[in-house]
Amino acid sequence: MSPDGVEKTPPAGGPATVLAPGHTYATVTDKISSIVLLEGTKRGWWFGFAIAFAFFIILNFAVGYLLLRGVGIWGINIPIAWAFAIVNFVWWIGIGHAGTLISAFLLLMRQAWRQSINRFAEAMTLFAVASAGMFPLLHMGRPWLFYWLLPYPDTMGTWPQFRSPLVWDVFAVSTYATISLLFWFVGLIPDLATLRDRAKDRLARVIYGFLALGWRGSAMHWHRYEMAYLLLAGLATPLVVSVHTVVSFDFTIATVPGWHSTIFPPYFVAGAIYSGFAMVLTLAIPLRQFYHLEDFITLRHLDNMAKILLATGLIVAYGYLMETFMAFYSGNTYDRYMIINRMTGPYAPVYWTLITCNIAIPMTALWSSKIRRNVAALFVISLIVQTGMWLERFVIVVTSLHRDFMPSAWGMYYPTIWDWATFFGSMGLFLTLFFLFIRFLPMISIFEMRGLVHKVEEEK
Amino acid sequence: MKRHPLYGLMAEFDTTDDLLGAAHRAHEAGYRQMDAFTPFPVEGLAEAIGFHKTGVPLICLIGGLIGCFGGFFLQWWPNVIGYPLNIGGKPYNSWPSFIPITFELTILCAGLATVFGMLALNGLPTPYHPVFNTPRFEMATRNRFFLCIKARDPKFDVEKTREFMQSLNAREVAEIAS
Repeated sequence: MSPDGVEKTPPAGGPATVLAPGHTYATVTDKISSIVLLEGTKRGWWFGFAIAFAFFIILNFAVGYLLLRGVGIWGINIPIAWAFAIVNFVWWIGIGHAGTLISAFLLLMRQAWRQSINRFAEAMTLFAVASAGMFPLLHMGRPWLFYWLLPYPDTMGTWPQFRSPLVWDVFAVSTYATISLLFWFVGLIPDLATLRDRAKDRLARVIYGFLALGWRGSAMHWHRYEMAYLLLAGLATPLVVSVHTVVSFDFTIATVPGWHSTIFPPYFVAGAIYSGFAMVLTLAIPLRQFYHLEDFITLRHLDNMAKILLATGLIVAYGYLMETFMAFYSGNTYDRYMIINRMTGPYAPVYWTLITCNIAIPMTALWSSKIRRNVAALFVISLIVQTGMWLERFVIVVTSLHRDFMPSAWGMYYPTIWDWATFFGSMGLFLTLFFLFIRFLPMISIFEMRGLVHKVEEEK
Repeated sequence: MKRHPLYGLMAEFDTTDDLLGAAHRAHEAGYRQMDAFTPFPVEGLAEAIGFHKTGVPLICLIGGLIGCFGGFFLQWWPNVIGYPLNIGGKPYNSWPSFIPITFELTILCAGLATVFGMLALNGLPTPYHPVFNTPRFEMATRNRFFLCIKARDPKFDVEKTREFMQSLNAREVAEIAS
C-alpha cells in the first residue's frame, strides 16, 4: 500500500481505488447531500428505524423497572457483583474506539481511504459511548447520585477517591465523550454549510444554517480549521489508547486472579480496535448497499478494514496465549486454577465459543483476499467478531469472579430477562441514534471527498 | 467610522489552479485585504493571500497546560491539604496514581481550547456576512472558487480593481454591498 492510500497498480481481484473514477466536486456533493435532502425518508429506513426504536422502548422499560426495584432484578450476586453491566460497558466503549482511530490516527498517517468512512465511524463512536456510559451509572444502584463521582466541594468536605480506577474511568469516559463530540461536530461544520446551501426547504435551511455557524469557506478559516482538526487528531489518538487502558485498570488494579495482569492494557486496546472495526464493517456494508455508495465505500475500503481486523485479531490472540502461558509460568495456584476453570469449568462453552468466534474463524478466513473482498462473508465475519468480543468480556468479568480464592465463596451467575432486555435495549438506543444520523446528517464527509477528488485529479 | 458602500469585489473561478494563480498575482499587485472562499481546504491558498500564522497551536498548548496543572492540583489539594487521610502511613502525595486523571484533563482542556479557540479566531458563529450576497455564492460549498478583494484595502479602487480582477481568468467579477 502506498502511503497516500491510492494504489498505483491495482492488484488482481477487483477495483482497488478509494474512489470510483469519473467523480467531480459537484457529483460527490450532490450524491451525498441528496441522501439527506432529496431522497426523503425511504420505506427501508422506516422499517429499520421501527425495529431499532422498539428495542429502545424495551430499554426504557428495563431501565424504568430497574429504577423502581434496584439492581436485584439483574442476575448479579456476591461473588459476581459485576456482570452484564460491566461486560456491556466494556464492549460498547471498545466499539467506539475504532471510530476515533479511523478519524484521528489514520488522519495523522495520511491515509486517504479514511475519508469516506470517518464520518459515520465517528457517529458510531459517539452513540457507542452513549450506550456504554449508561451501564456503570445504572450499575451503581442509585444512578441519580452519580454526581458523587465528580469532584465538587460538597458540604461534608469529602472528595472522590482519586487513586481509584473507577474514578479514573469517570474522567476518561467523560473526556472521551466530549472530545469525540467535538471532533465529530468540527468535521460536520463545512458539510452543514453545504446542506444549508443545497436545501430547498426553508426550515431545513434555517436549521442547517444555524448549526453551520455561518461557515463560508474562507481560506483563513480553512487554515485555522485544518490546524485545529490536526491538533484534535493528535490529542484524540493517545486519548483512545488511554481510555481503554483505564478501562482495563478497572480490572488489573484488583487482585482477582484473571484480572491482575500487566498484559491487560495493550490487550484491551487491541480488542477494542478489533471489535470496533468489526462494527464499522457491520454498519458500512448495509449502508453502501442501501444508499448505493459503492463508488465511495469501495472494496478497497472493506479490504483495508479486514486487514486491520486481521492484525488486531492476531494481537488479541497473542493476549489469550500469554494469559494462559503466564497462568502456568507464574506458578501461582489461583492463576493456574483460574485458567483451567475457564477452559473446563461451568463456563467452558462460553470460553470455547469465544475462541471460535475471535480466533478460529476470522484468523483463518481473513488471510484470503477473496474473502476480504467478499461483501457477504465480511458482514458475517464482522458479526462473529463482535459476538466473540462480547463473550471475551463476559469470560473476563464473570469467570474470574465466580471462583476466586476461597471455594466457600464460589458462586454462579445466570443472566435474567432484565439483563438481556437492557443489553438488547442498548443496541436499540445505538441503532435509533444511528438511523436518525443517517437520515438527517451527511454520513460521508462531503468536503473531504471533494478534497479526495482534487487529490486524485492532481495525481493524474 | 465611515463605512464604504462596498464590501469588496468578488471574482469567481472554476478550478483551484485559477484561484491560486489569481491569489498570487493579486498579492504581487500589492493587495493585502483579501480573502478566498473554497469548498474544501486548498493547499497554499492561505499563504497566497498573505495569511500565515493561525494562532491555534498556542491556544491548544495553553489549554493543555491549564488542564495538566489544574488536573494535578485537583487531586493533590484534597489528598494533601483539604482532607488528608493517613492510610497505613502511605504518602499523601502519591503522584503516580494521579497521572491518569491529569492526562485526561490535559487532553480535555487542550481539545476544548483548540475547538473554541479556532471558532473564536474565525469569528464564528457569524450568521450574516456580506459575502453571502455574492451571486451563486452557494456554489462556494459545492464546486466554485471565489477570491474577494476587500474595499478597505488601501489599493482598492472599484474601476481599477475590477479591471485587474477581470484579467485573472475569472468567470465573473461581482460587486458586494456591505
